Amino acid sequence: MKLLEYASKKVLSEYGIPVQEWTLVRSVDEVRQMAESFEFPVVVKAQVPVGGRGKAGGVKLAANAEELIKHTTDILNMEIKGIKVKKVLIEKAANIEKEFYIGVVMDRKSQKPVVMVSSQGGVDIEEVARTNPEAIHMLTVDPDRGIQPYQARWLAFKILEDKNQARAAASVIMKLYNGFQSVDAQLAEINPLVTTREGDILALDAKILVDDNALYRHPELEELRDMDYEDPTELEAREAGLSYVKLDGYIGCCVNGAGLAMATMDIIKHYGGEPANFLDVGGSSRPEKVLKAMELILRDPNVRSIYINIFGGITRCDDVAKGLIEAFSQMEIPVPVVVRLTGTNEDIAREMLENSGLPLITATTMSEGAQKAIELANRS
Amino acid sequence: MAILVGKDTKLVVQGITGRDGSFHTKLMLEYGTKVVAGVTPGKGGQEVHGVPVFDTVEEAVKATGANTSVIFVPAKFAADAIMEAADAGIQLIVTITEGIPVHDMSKVVKFVREKGARLIGPNCPGLITPGEAKVGILPGQIFKRGPIGVISRSGTLTYEIVSHLTAAGLGQSTAIGIGGDPIIGTRFIDLLEMFENDPETEGVALIGEIGGTDEQEAAAYIKKHMSKPVVAFIAGRTAPAEKRMGHAGAIISGSSGTAEEKIRVFEESGVKVAQVPEEVAALLKEALSK
Repeated sequence: MKLLEYASKKVLSEYGIPVQEWTLVRSVDEVRQMAESFEFPVVVKAQVPVGGRGKAGGVKLAANAEELIKHTTDILNMEIKGIKVKKVLIEKAANIEKEFYIGVVMDRKSQKPVVMVSSQGGVDIEEVARTNPEAIHMLTVDPDRGIQPYQARWLAFKILEDKNQARAAASVIMKLYNGFQSVDAQLAEINPLVTTREGDILALDAKILVDDNALYRHPELEELRDMDYEDPTELEAREAGLSYVKLDGYIGCCVNGAGLAMATMDIIKHYGGEPANFLDVGGSSRPEKVLKAMELILRDPNVRSIYINIFGGITRCDDVAKGLIEAFSQMEIPVPVVVRLTGTNEDIAREMLENSGLPLITATTMSEGAQKAIELANRS
Repeated sequence: MAILVGKDTKLVVQGITGRDGSFHTKLMLEYGTKVVAGVTPGKGGQEVHGVPVFDTVEEAVKATGANTSVIFVPAKFAADAIMEAADAGIQLIVTITEGIPVHDMSKVVKFVREKGARLIGPNCPGLITPGEAKVGILPGQIFKRGPIGVISRSGTLTYEIVSHLTAAGLGQSTAIGIGGDPIIGTRFIDLLEMFENDPETEGVALIGEIGGTDEQEAAAYIKKHMSKPVVAFIAGRTAPAEKRMGHAGAIISGSSGTAEEKIRVFEESGVKVAQVPEEVAALLKEALSK
């Protein structure tokens, strides 16, 4: 689960990291009503779940109420990387002296948390890693012991010369690590962390990615889930135990297993088609899941054919066949459906589907199924 | 020969009284795996498909000499179960469970290493040495003994590719699903080394996917250390960035972990990459005939 700037700052401030007070606004009317109450200048920032909003014009400085209303109007009418801005954060503009980066990531390579700091803050850290890798300092943390104060100081002195500011930064690093660990984050970063002309240290922007597998032990984070940007179909799929990601193509896919589901999308593309979605019905597929999967796929108006590709291991092909027969009896299926079932109980499944008299197109191999689904989509 | 599991495997099933644990115990027994014990805390003294159940792994090991464990317990309790197995002296711990938090795995992987044990998974289908032992949920009937080592981050995609291998007359020495999570106990390079040293294995099928850099490390390892041919397949060429594709580990973050990058690195290292799953068998056949 990705936490937007405002939600990330809320979490970080709970762990004692200094942030500016902010106001979250979803409409220009709201801003009009309170525009005079701000202490100017303020910054207006688009709250979107993608990076690069600054470059896209989603961050603006306002010197007075009039500018504030104008910028808020502009930003709320923007699309950033195809995503419509639904809310903005307004906070007092800081007197920035210097910008830094600090972040903690669960590193796949070392299989441990890694803390990264850089004096090149406020820019894309991946870009810094590419162009100026020596500007990034990294420290691998023992997951059992957690970060130690001397380690945080070591990192802080790499990026700050002023002793008081370095001490303050070390404290922020400790707190960031603790927050990272406490909320089961895969990533927690402050970019930029700034020093101000008044000598303070502040987290100006932040991002936290929480491990979905750990959400069961963080009911407190549920309220920070951003319903404005969640795809309702993806959410509904998750609740039904399916994993669904919408794509831009026109061939609906229903597959068991994530690897095979990705390979099915790829093979459709390989033969010249475009997949409409990723959909993993999971292991031990009960008939209800197949029914739900068909419903979600058909909700996408771009879908012109459906390809069901099942390799029965734990999944029993007869369960999938049962779900399909049920789907045809409960809903109107206006597009051709290609079915490829192989593995556990495939003979029973084949017989069930033959006896059902349903207008299904069968295929024996994965390639054959993909080619048939493409051909049928192109014809309809 | 083969690797990791075989005739000497004595298996304890953790979570044997659960729905999946019990069902797959039956299938593993039917396959011929020596399932010697089960563990479910509080259910010691029962039997499941004729297999004695114990309250702790320690008791199971003492009573039966189990050396390998397969874990079916729910995600909330799985990290604990893995540590219990490692602490009881189990050498090979195969974790089928999906959904274990990554912070737990970071600690568990370290603990298992300190105990000198090997972990496969989590979030994996297990492994099989055809004709000898099946540990996990792989469908036994599609495998046939032979010269190909199989390593995969996926489950059903592995079955797809294995069924083509078998149909092409290329049996398998051992096939291992290493799991789809960001932090796993055994990675491609660990198993490539074992297959390189296994006299029965003549070639390797490596099935990767988007996310992380394990494939890139595998490519570097193959270039430097492998004399046997390796053929790869990478799933997720059409996957969008920043979206988790089912597996917790299958995600392109920023610009890292794309299929294009992995395919490029493999090809630069002299590893043939199949365009579609069924091509893996043909490429391996060609490589072995040289």
